[in-house]
Amino acid sequence: MKLQPLLSVKELHLHFNTYAGKAYVLNGVNLEIMNNDFMGLVGETGCGKSLTSFSILKLIPPGGEIISGEIFFKGDNILIKSEKEMRRIRGQQISMVSQDPSAYLNPLFTIEQQITMVIKQHQDLEKNAITQKAHDLLQIVELPNPGGILKSYPHELSGGMKQRVAIALALSCKPDLLIADEPTTDLDVTIQAQILDLLQKLRKREQLTILMVTHDLAVVAETCKSVTVLYAGKDVETGSVDKVLYESKHPYTKALLEASPNPKTRGQKLSMIPGKLPSTSERQFGCPFSSRCPKAMPICNRVIPTMKQLDEDHKVACFLYEDERVR
Amino acid sequence: MNKIDDKPLLRVEKLKKYFTKRLSVIQKRSRIVRAVEDVSFSIYPKCTFGIVGESGCGKTTLLRCIFQVVKLTSGNIFFEGENLAELSRNELRDKRKNMQMVFQNPFISLNPRMSVLNIVSEPLRTHTEINFEEIRQRVLILLDQVGLEKDHLYRYPHEFSGGQLQRIAIARALSLKPKFLALDEPTSALDVSVQAQIITLLRDIQEELDLTYLFISHNLTMVHHISDFISVMYLGKIVESGLADEVFHQPQHPYTQVLLSSTPSLSAQYRKDRIITKGSVPDASNPPSGCAYHPRCQHAMDICGKIDPELLIIGDHHQAACHLVNS
Repeated sequence: MKLQPLLSVKELHLHFNTYAGKAYVLNGVNLEIMNNDFMGLVGETGCGKSLTSFSILKLIPPGGEIISGEIFFKGDNILIKSEKEMRRIRGQQISMVSQDPSAYLNPLFTIEQQITMVIKQHQDLEKNAITQKAHDLLQIVELPNPGGILKSYPHELSGGMKQRVAIALALSCKPDLLIADEPTTDLDVTIQAQILDLLQKLRKREQLTILMVTHDLAVVAETCKSVTVLYAGKDVETGSVDKVLYESKHPYTKALLEASPNPKTRGQKLSMIPGKLPSTSERQFGCPFSSRCPKAMPICNRVIPTMKQLDEDHKVACFLYEDERVR
Repeated sequence: MNKIDDKPLLRVEKLKKYFTKRLSVIQKRSRIVRAVEDVSFSIYPKCTFGIVGESGCGKTTLLRCIFQVVKLTSGNIFFEGENLAELSRNELRDKRKNMQMVFQNPFISLNPRMSVLNIVSEPLRTHTEINFEEIRQRVLILLDQVGLEKDHLYRYPHEFSGGQLQRIAIARALSLKPKFLALDEPTSALDVSVQAQIITLLRDIQEELDLTYLFISHNLTMVHHISDFISVMYLGKIVESGLADEVFHQPQHPYTQVLLSSTPSLSAQYRKDRIITKGSVPDASNPPSGCAYHPRCQHAMDICGKIDPELLIIGDHHQAACHLVNS
């Protein structure tokens, strides 16, 4: 029997209504995350990575509208749930860590006040138990001297420490799924290594499932188990890290990898992807990458390719891998 | 590498820059922040000199010192054999025609109220007295050089993408035909595919115009890709410097090793056991005794806490400041 995924997003379409007309931001995103997986969601600016993760929490920015699609979390469709039911899911079952921890830690409250606030909101515990829990949480995220940190304000902590506090907050109600939206983008490399290491440990120790949104393929290569590559609001390739990054099939994934500098290509020219992302104001009728693709065929401009299973853990949406008949 | 036989274009000698930090508003207590401490290096014509370091290590202050934007505490900076600190205001202004800068974030470094023509021609208008039609012609040539179109001339920064804005910033820096270009994290605000475009552009114009670059970044892989020489900075000091390949493939200083191992990499070959450092970069106003890196160092010995190691020559152009290397 096939295992049921913890979270599955199916053909998610999200549009924005703007003064300039409709903006087609997500155009059929598919995602499947198994229990205890560490998935990377990769893509360039504007490809819809963050919006996908917000949609999973059903937190859609004003003006946005989910046109079609389904999001199943533990077998239930999240999109038909009421706001009241969602409040029980957010934080308790799915929680989120975002890019800039100083932006959402309140500068006027101590770390203790902020953590206890969250615990009180979701759990019925006594005062002492709450404080103890806050203390334990900081230990889980490996902060030295938790007692001292509880009493300090965000400005007294460094960027890496703040990100650890943010992770502690996200873990406070033992969620099943943690969405980390560019958790290390603002941090230095040595601190980034610490945070990524922590996330990996947490996945094992706390049986956590992690969806990490990032633009850095190298980060994915080092930390994730599986990866989904997004392009212009559509998933183009998905599967295990080994398959997608080392035996990549989709021309976009290949191009992205070749554009990243690596020790072997020193002094050589980096290959470039010609052109730019298609505008979101126009509806796509073919493969979104067709205008920049070196291997584009006539069919690519007309029909949107569907995901094709190449291997047990490797899927790609590209006509290059379809039968002659389909082309 | 025969380029080194030439006379250096820019020579920095024992550069020091201290800031005083007031600790209290009422009392006159203050502490000295050693932002740049005893930094010396030479940049040879037509070479690229890379500086790597985490935030707060003094990379940007160093750059500001070189451009004489801030007054040096001590030390000398020679550009084409002339000591910049001894020049008068007018002479310095003249010198700056030959040294230009590209900043990290083009969204901030370009004035939103100025058209591309105005932005790119501003240095021409301040430093030369050529007439409008000539300026327009020059700007058009510059735009062509950086891969922008003729009809971009009268547009404003908000109409461009990040990569295009960085191209405009590069065109502005090139407008006076400088010999030396300082690039302060020119690609860190950009996507991978755009990054590759900018790096390729920088390489092309370097060859075309015989430019010398000072390339500052926190990304060791990127610096290795573009530079001939690399210097690694930690807390205001150079801890290791040498030819790019040597520093990258045979790092001697533990900090360089950590930096290298924490930088996420796509090639499995470089994904060895990751060394994860403890803690973060210490406060520059209260640095640790002895070697500034010893509290985080995995090889720290007794001597490290007492005596600050000097930068010693360990090979052809290869220098490192570590007691391990000495013994």
